[in-house]
Amino acid sequence: MFTAKTYLLASSLEEAYDALQKNKTNTLVAGCCWLKMTRKRIWTAVDISRLGLDSIVPDGDTLQIGAMASLHSLETDPAVKGFAGGILSEAVRRIVGVQFRNCATVGGCVWMRAGFSDLLTALLALDTTVCLYHAGQMPLDEFLTSPVKKDILTHIIVRGGQRRAAYVSMRLTETDFPVLTAAVSLLGEDWRVVLGARPGLAARCERAENALGTGDRDAAIQAVRDDLRYGGNLRASEAYRRQVAGVLLARAVEKLAGEGAAE
Amino acid sequence: MNTVNQPIPKIDAQALTTGKGVYTDDLAPANCLIVKVLRSPHAFAKIKSIKTDAALKVNGIECVLTYADMPKIRYTLAGQSYPEPSPYDRYILEDIVRYVGDPVAIVAGRDERTVDKALKMIRVKYELLPPVIDFEQALDNPSVIHPEADYFNNFPIGGDVKRNLLASGGHSGGDLDAVFSSCDIVQEETYYTKANAQAMMETFRTYTYLDHNSRLTVVTSTQVPFHCRRQIARALGLPKSAVRVIKPRIGGGFGAKQTLVSEMFPAVVTMRTGRPAKIVYTRQETFAASNSRHQMRVTVKVGAMKDGTIRALDVYALSNAGAYGEHASTTVGLVGSKSIALYTPEAYRFHYDVVYTNTMAGGAFRGYGATQGCFAVESAINQLADRLGLDPAEIRLKNIPKQGAAMPAYLDGPLSSSRLDECIRRGMEMIGWKEKFGICRSDGKTARGVGMAITMQGSGIANIDTCAATIRLNDNGFYTLFIGATDMGTGCDTILAQMAAETLHCPMERITVDGVDTDHSPFDKGSYASGTTYLTGMAVVKACTELCEKIRRQGALKLGISLSQAAFDGDQVVSTLDPAQAIGLEPLAQQLVVGDGEWLQVTATHSSPVSPPPLMAGFADVEVDLGTGKVRVLDYAAVVDCGTVINPNLATVQAQGGIAQGIGMALYEDIQYNPQGKMLNDSFMQYKIPSRLDLPDIRVEFAPSYEPSGPFGAKSIGEVVINTPSPAIASAIFQATGVICRSLPATPEHILLGMAKKQGGAGA
Amino acid sequence: MKVKIKVNGKLFDKHIPNDMMLIDFLRKYGFYSVKRGCESSNCGLCTVWVDQKPVLSCSYPAARADGHEVTTLEGVLPEAEVFGRVMASMGAEQCGFCSPGFVMAVLALKREIPNPTEEQAREYLAGNLCRCSGYASQMKAVMQYLKEGYQ
Repeated sequence: MFTAKTYLLASSLEEAYDALQKNKTNTLVAGCCWLKMTRKRIWTAVDISRLGLDSIVPDGDTLQIGAMASLHSLETDPAVKGFAGGILSEAVRRIVGVQFRNCATVGGCVWMRAGFSDLLTALLALDTTVCLYHAGQMPLDEFLTSPVKKDILTHIIVRGGQRRAAYVSMRLTETDFPVLTAAVSLLGEDWRVVLGARPGLAARCERAENALGTGDRDAAIQAVRDDLRYGGNLRASEAYRRQVAGVLLARAVEKLAGEGAAE
Repeated sequence: MNTVNQPIPKIDAQALTTGKGVYTDDLAPANCLIVKVLRSPHAFAKIKSIKTDAALKVNGIECVLTYADMPKIRYTLAGQSYPEPSPYDRYILEDIVRYVGDPVAIVAGRDERTVDKALKMIRVKYELLPPVIDFEQALDNPSVIHPEADYFNNFPIGGDVKRNLLASGGHSGGDLDAVFSSCDIVQEETYYTKANAQAMMETFRTYTYLDHNSRLTVVTSTQVPFHCRRQIARALGLPKSAVRVIKPRIGGGFGAKQTLVSEMFPAVVTMRTGRPAKIVYTRQETFAASNSRHQMRVTVKVGAMKDGTIRALDVYALSNAGAYGEHASTTVGLVGSKSIALYTPEAYRFHYDVVYTNTMAGGAFRGYGATQGCFAVESAINQLADRLGLDPAEIRLKNIPKQGAAMPAYLDGPLSSSRLDECIRRGMEMIGWKEKFGICRSDGKTARGVGMAITMQGSGIANIDTCAATIRLNDNGFYTLFIGATDMGTGCDTILAQMAAETLHCPMERITVDGVDTDHSPFDKGSYASGTTYLTGMAVVKACTELCEKIRRQGALKLGISLSQAAFDGDQVVSTLDPAQAIGLEPLAQQLVVGDGEWLQVTATHSSPVSPPPLMAGFADVEVDLGTGKVRVLDYAAVVDCGTVINPNLATVQAQGGIAQGIGMALYEDIQYNPQGKMLNDSFMQYKIPSRLDLPDIRVEFAPSYEPSGPFGAKSIGEVVINTPSPAIASAIFQATGVICRSLPATPEHILLGMAKKQGGAGA
Repeated sequence: MKVKIKVNGKLFDKHIPNDMMLIDFLRKYGFYSVKRGCESSNCGLCTVWVDQKPVLSCSYPAARADGHEVTTLEGVLPEAEVFGRVMASMGAEQCGFCSPGFVMAVLALKREIPNPTEEQAREYLAGNLCRCSGYASQMKAVMQYLKEGYQ
C-alpha cells in the first residue's frame, strides 16, 4: 500500500499538472488498483476524478474516450459496443471482474504501457491517438515507445469505427492475465495485426499484415512467429508463446471473417 | 427421519449472508496493539545481529521482540493429539531462519502505519547458509537444516535429522517379489504433485488479551482450539490452565488452520505488555509464511494380469516437509494407506521418506496425503488399463474390495460399509462413459476425452481422535448443545444440531449450538481428519440419548408413575397406560430447577477403534484445445458414499467445493519458487484458484451405504471429495490427446509440447 | 483531510488519513460486512457500491468517495435477507467470508442486467472468488432468486 502526505482532489487539469510537477514523488491516482499494490511513498496523490474525464463521445468514425472512463464503461457504452465490431468491449471482458473494471480506467491502462494489457492490443489494431495535457497528441505506437515524462493523459481518440476487427486471447484461467493476446482489424485491403502479452508490449507485425493483404494466411502465421520477440515468464515459456502466436492469429482472422468481434 | 437426511439450512446462514460481524477481526477490541512480523528474505541464514533501537524509538511502538526475548522452548505448531508425531523443531523466534518468510522480529504498536514504519527500521545482519530448495536434493545434503541440539521427537518416527530426514517408514504385506515375477505386466511410473495453497478466503488472524484473572485469552481463526491451547502454553512456558482459546466464525480452513500460524505473535506481545494485541495476516503471508499441501514425488509399481487383475502394488513417496515438520510424518502415511487398499493386491509395499528443505512448511490440506497418493496410484491404474487395452472403470469394478472385506494396506479397519461399485456404475452413467470412452471425439480444433478415478479417505483417526459433546436442558425447555468441534464453514454446527434434534425428537429451533471456548466447551480434537460427523456426531447422539433417558426418569418422578410406563416423545413425558398423565418438557424443565430438582446436562465422549472409509468415484469430461493445449473441464460427475447423508445440501456443496479445489490442483494451481527459495506466486494474482468461469456445473450424487459404527449410519465427506479430479482429468487429457501428465498441474504448455512430440513436430 | 461520505444514507463527516482506502474507512466506522481477502484486487470480497456501481473498496480511495454515496451490505439488508434465504435453502453458503461481496455483486447484477442468462450472470460475478462452494450452488441460488423476481 502506498502512503501519501496529502491527497489533492484537483479541480482543474492545470492544478493537477502543476501538482504533479511539484515533487518527484507526486503521483496521479487513476483506478488505483495498481498503485495500491506499490509501496510508493508519495507526497501528493493527485486525483483527477472530478474533471469530467470519464466521458465517451462518438463522432462518426471516431470515439473520444476520456482517461477516467472505466474499463467497464467500455463494455456497456453502446457507442463502444458498436465500434469496430465491438473489439474494445471484447478486449476488456475478461479482466479480473466487474468491480475491478469499474475502478480501472482507460487512461491508467494506456499510461501503464503494460505488456499484459488486453486494451492496448486492441487499441493498436485501430488508429489510436493519445492526448496528453502537456505533450499534446501522439499516435499510440509512438506513445508506447516514448520515455515516460510526468504528464496527464486526458483522453484517447480512436479512429476506425468502420473497420472490421476481432480480438482473441489465451489465458490459463478465464480472468487471469493473458498469456498472449491478438487483435486484427481490416478496412478494405488494409490489415492490422497486433500481438500482445508476449510478454512484451503489444506490437504490430508488418509482414503478417502484408501477407494477409495478399490472402496468404500461412505466411502471416509464420511472420508473427518469426518477426516478433517472445519471452518466458511464470505463465509460459518463449517457445510456447511463439507457437501459440500463430494459432491466435489464425483464430483472430477466422473470427473476423466469420462474425466480427462479437461472440 | 425428521431432521437427519434433510436439507436443513445452515443455522448461521442468515448471519453470514447479511454480513454480521462475527469473525475474529470483527470482534477484536479497538484498542488492540497491532502486531506484525519482520520476515527473513533469505531461505537459510544465521542471524548475526538485530538492531532494534531505531524501531523502538518510533512514536507509538510498544515493543520490538527478537529471538533474544523468546523462551528457548522447542515445540510444534501441529494441531494433532498429544503426544504429537511431529518433531518439536520450532522456537517462536530463533537466531536461525529456515525459509524465506521465517519470522525474525515481532513488532507491536498503536496502528498499522506505525508498525510498518518501525519494521523498516530494524537492521538485521545475516550470515547466509547454503539453502536446500529442491526436495530431491535434500537427503544427505551437506547443508543441515535442523542442527539444533534440543530438537526432539515424542517417539521415533524414522527420522535422522542430520541427513535432513524428518521421518521414514512403511508397511507391507505378502511376497512382493514373488507376485511381481508372476504378473503378466509390471509397470513403474513416477508422479509429482505440488505444494498447493489452501487459499481459504479468510487469512490467518488472532487477537489476544489478559482477562480479569490475568489469564491469556486467545481469540483465533483456528480449527484446533484445544491443541492451540496446549501448544501456546508450551511455547510460552505457561501452565495450560493459564491459557484460554476461543473460536468465533471462521472464513474457511481446509486444513490450513489445523496448524497454529498467527497465534504466537500477539500472544507473546500480550504476555510482555499486558495489553490486547492483534495480528491479521496479509494474503501474501498466508501464501508464503504459513503451511501448504506437502509437495511429493510418488513412484508406483503395479503388477497385473492381462485380464486386469491387480496383484501387486509397490508405492514409494518422497515428501517435502519444508522447513518445519508439523504434519510431515503423518500426511505421508495416507499416500499409501488410502490408495493401495482399493485394489486388494495379494502383495503390497508402501514406504516413504520425508525430508526437510528451506521452503515453507507443509501442513494439513484436505486429503492430507491421500490426495497425492490418489493422483499417483489412480494415474498408474489408468495407464495400466490403457496398456492392457481395458476399460479403466471396468478394471476398478474388477478389483475393488467388497463390503465387509479386510483391506491390505489400510490399517484402520475392514471395509465395513461400501457401495463403491454403485458409485462407479452410476458415475459412468452420469458422464456417458460407454458412449464416450475410447471414442475419438475431435473436430481438428479441439479433442474431447473422459477419465475417471476412485478414492477413499477415513473418518477420524482411529484410536486417537477423541470428541466429546454436552447437551443441556435449559429451564425454558430449550437445549444447548456444547461442542468443541470447529465449524469453519462446513456447517458442522448445523449437522450436529440435526443429529441432536433427531435424537431428542425435537425441531431444530429448540437447539442452540454453543461456540467453542476451551474454558467451557467439551474436549474435541478439532475439525480435521474428517472426524466431526463421525466422531463428534456419535458423541452428540450418545449424550442426547442419555439426556432423553434422564428426562424420562425425571418426568416419571414428577408424574409419580413407574419408570416402565413412562415415555418421552420429545415434547412431553407421558404415561403409556394413561395419556392424561403427562408433563410437557418446558414445565418439567422449569420444575427441575426449583427446590428439590436435578438440572440436566449430559456429556458423552466418543472415539473409535476403526475409521470407516468414505468412498467416491469421479468422472471428468474434458475438452482440449489442440492449438493451445488449454483444457476445459466441460463436465464433472461424482458419486459419493459417505454413509448416511446427514444433510444433502451441505454434503453436496462439500463435494462440489472439494472437486473444485481438485480441479484447481489438476489444472491451474502452480506453486513456483525461484532458485533462492522465494515463492513466486504468493497472491491471488499469480496463484490462480478457479473462478466461476473455470468450472463446469459440478454434478454430485450419493450412493449411501450404512455404516454401523457411525451416527445414523454416517461416515465422513470433508476430505475424500478433493482427491479424484487430478487423476480423472489427467486420464481424460490422455484420452483426448495421447499426452500423459505425470506432474501437476497439467499445463497447456505441457500438453501442447506433448502433442507436438507425438506428431513429430509443431502444428498450427 | 476531511471527507463527507454518505454510507447507506447516513452522512459520515470525518477526518481521515489521506491515503485511506474505502475498505478501511468502512470497517473503521463499523461496517464489518466489508471483508478484505487479498492485496491484489483479485478476490472481490470487499465489493461495495459507490453511487450504485460495484467497486473494489480496497482499491477506492476514501478521499475520492467524498461527496458520493456508498452502499454496503448493511444498507441493503431487506434484499440481502431474501437472497440469503434462497442461498441457505440451496446450501449455497459455507464459510460466509465471500458472501457480503458476493451478495453486493448479485444485487448489482440485478440492477444492471435485467433477466440475465446464466452465462451473463456467471460472467458478471466472475470477480467474486469462493473457495468453499465450487460455485454451482451459488449460481443456482442466483438464477432462482432472479427468476422469482424480487424487487
